[in-house]
Amino acid sequence: MNFDDTPQEAAFRAEAKAWISANAPKQYEEDLRKSSLGRTVIKGVNLLEAAKAWQKKKADAGWACLHWPKEYGGRGASPIERVIWQQEEGPFGNLSRVFIIGHGMCGPTMMAFAGEEQKRKHLPPLASGEKIWCQLFSEPAGGSDVAGLRTRAEKEGDDWIINGLKIWTSGAHYSDYGILLTRTDPNVPKHKGLTMFFLDMKSPGVEVRPIKQASGQSDFNEVYFTDVRIPDSQRLGAVNDGWNVSLTTLMNERMSIGAGVATGFPELFEFCNNLMLEDGPAIEDRDVRSKLANWAVKASGLKYTSMRTISALSKGERPGPENSIGKLVAGSMIQDVATFALDLQGAAGVLSGPEDAELAGKFQAMLLRAPGTRVEGGTDEIMRNIIAERVLGLPGDIRVDKDVPFNKIPTKGRA
Amino acid sequence: MNFDFSDDQKQMRDAARKFLSEQCSPKAVRVVLDGKAPYDKALWKGLAEMGFLGVAIPEEFGGAGAGHLELCVIAEEMGRANAPVPFSSTVYLAAEALLIAGSDAQKQKWLPKVASGEAIGTLALFEGSGNPSPKAIKLAASGVTLSGVKKPVADGAIADFAVVAARTGSSGRESDISLFLVDLKAGGVEVKELTNIDPTRGQAELTFTNTKAEPLGATGEGWSILTQVLDRAAVLLAFEQVGGADRALEMGRDYALDRIAFGRPIGSFQAVKHILADMYVSATLARSNCYYGAWALSTNAGELPEAAAAARISATQAFQHCAKNNIQVHGGMGFTWEFDCHMYYRRANATALALGSMSYWEDALIDRMRKKNAA
Repeated sequence: MNFDDTPQEAAFRAEAKAWISANAPKQYEEDLRKSSLGRTVIKGVNLLEAAKAWQKKKADAGWACLHWPKEYGGRGASPIERVIWQQEEGPFGNLSRVFIIGHGMCGPTMMAFAGEEQKRKHLPPLASGEKIWCQLFSEPAGGSDVAGLRTRAEKEGDDWIINGLKIWTSGAHYSDYGILLTRTDPNVPKHKGLTMFFLDMKSPGVEVRPIKQASGQSDFNEVYFTDVRIPDSQRLGAVNDGWNVSLTTLMNERMSIGAGVATGFPELFEFCNNLMLEDGPAIEDRDVRSKLANWAVKASGLKYTSMRTISALSKGERPGPENSIGKLVAGSMIQDVATFALDLQGAAGVLSGPEDAELAGKFQAMLLRAPGTRVEGGTDEIMRNIIAERVLGLPGDIRVDKDVPFNKIPTKGRA
Repeated sequence: MNFDFSDDQKQMRDAARKFLSEQCSPKAVRVVLDGKAPYDKALWKGLAEMGFLGVAIPEEFGGAGAGHLELCVIAEEMGRANAPVPFSSTVYLAAEALLIAGSDAQKQKWLPKVASGEAIGTLALFEGSGNPSPKAIKLAASGVTLSGVKKPVADGAIADFAVVAARTGSSGRESDISLFLVDLKAGGVEVKELTNIDPTRGQAELTFTNTKAEPLGATGEGWSILTQVLDRAAVLLAFEQVGGADRALEMGRDYALDRIAFGRPIGSFQAVKHILADMYVSATLARSNCYYGAWALSTNAGELPEAAAAARISATQAFQHCAKNNIQVHGGMGFTWEFDCHMYYRRANATALALGSMSYWEDALIDRMRKKNAA
């Protein structure tokens, strides 16, 4: 039980710190520090360009995708070194959000299933942020039940022809490549007829339509596929083995422990610490203190849970699905935190303009973005199922469609 | 960084778990629950022989001199087994108070007896309802004699000695409070057992009438010492709570796997699964907060006050949450005396109050976070 750096870790930290101090885009620091869920803004700057520039700079100096092997654009660093880097990178890490899916999920899937030549071609520009990747799994008919997806891939010579529709694809509108899960055999049960590919998002027949979210922003997209041609050489894993390939992707999602999930707690504590209520400082109020304390221990509990995971990783243990508690806890917490922060502002809590709202509308943005957090990447309910089944060993749900050929599964509820 | 217990510490945990599963079965706990014994004397003796009572007591005072991390892993197992012995009163409160503030002679007199199981100790702090506070301490010290009433005192009826918080001034400041050491077997203390929600751990009222005592620590330092003792005990008790929470979760999980209704195990219904998943979440958050507390305790880090409050709050919530939902998962059987669920429910709610209630620790956490923030 030891939080101190080993001499080796300390040397790594010093090197990282020095490089960041000499190279980070300090002009953005204040804006990045203020950013939170639902709002990352750098005044007068295109965020995507700023993100790409910082990523490229890191890659050129060997600080991109630290845990990846060097030949694929990484540094071959240990899990703990990666955490040290994240600690030192601090607010500049907020610039890397557009790369999370590519680096956390698509890259590792490519590493596990693509040919050597493809890995050497595609992974370094993915690491350096020159190319952005997205993940095309969810569909209108396959959200929580992702194996129920309907996008077809049909073999024609050495190519596959893709027709269908994907949805909730984060960042598809600025992505260069994507990994795509398709149905290749509808005559077998749903998990057994899927195949994974990667494709150029600029391929003819790919049309990206941004979705306007309930929050008013557009982080996600619909992606339409009309007779899109993918060469068989871009298949990942065996034909009809796509479900197993996708499990690798999803497992890597769990392993890509970010700099910590956003809970809204630091912002709320700061807000309450400075807020005056009618009866005195908010932080002196019994009810406020009680709520803060309850959220404080959730936030610290999550932080130390990820430290335990990192310790396990560094000993060569594979982190299990217990990591799914992060999003489950943080999702509803940030929603409650935002609701409470608005309540403390009274009637003025309704105002969201940066010039009128407290903390420039941070909590209002959080409130409007939070429902998405509880749904994306697995709903709260799916997360609870994962914990119950894979951690606690409870029986799986009775799946009435498990042994039924996919094309015999009912597609409508009430007629 | 290594945020985990060492292999040696894990081995000690395994040894404690094995020992307790043999020596502290639910059947043994029920002997005390049913009022047939005030505590499990054989278990107490066994804990001494295993070296667990003195694990954090230095060798020069008869202990094993291992440390607080080792004590944390044992505490977790004590909570898991719902052990009906005065472990927390003696080891976390009385012994820690002696280690922090005792003179060499006081340590020499009591600590070897704690480690060998010959002496049970406790902390006499509360005087009726309310949270720990200098103002709430009315019991008066006149020179080296004490007069007043303390209740509830955990394990007060079986204790051999008590650390007593007394008033030595009337300035209205923390420095009005001093600590004293009282030999409860020397006469001069009237002891009355009190009924409480968790009969596996006794509570008592102690009446002091010109009772002879000796100062523990300097006059006027009592509150400062007490705060340190409570912080240390908070981490240790939090490990007990996490042990209890984990056991309650396991009981619920096992029952959900075995119990059939509507033609399938009830653990296959999402409504039941989600209850259990939420229990796992709260137990995991608590465990992680406790690990941080263990690190702060074992290194006596400046972070200890904040870490202790966080561990205490998180573990209290988790144990209460898991214990009550374990009953819910069991349905009607969970509400019978015959099933063990209520023993954890009782213990969860009793330990939630043991060192001051939730509001005390919430205030402590926020005050400490503000202090850090201001620094």
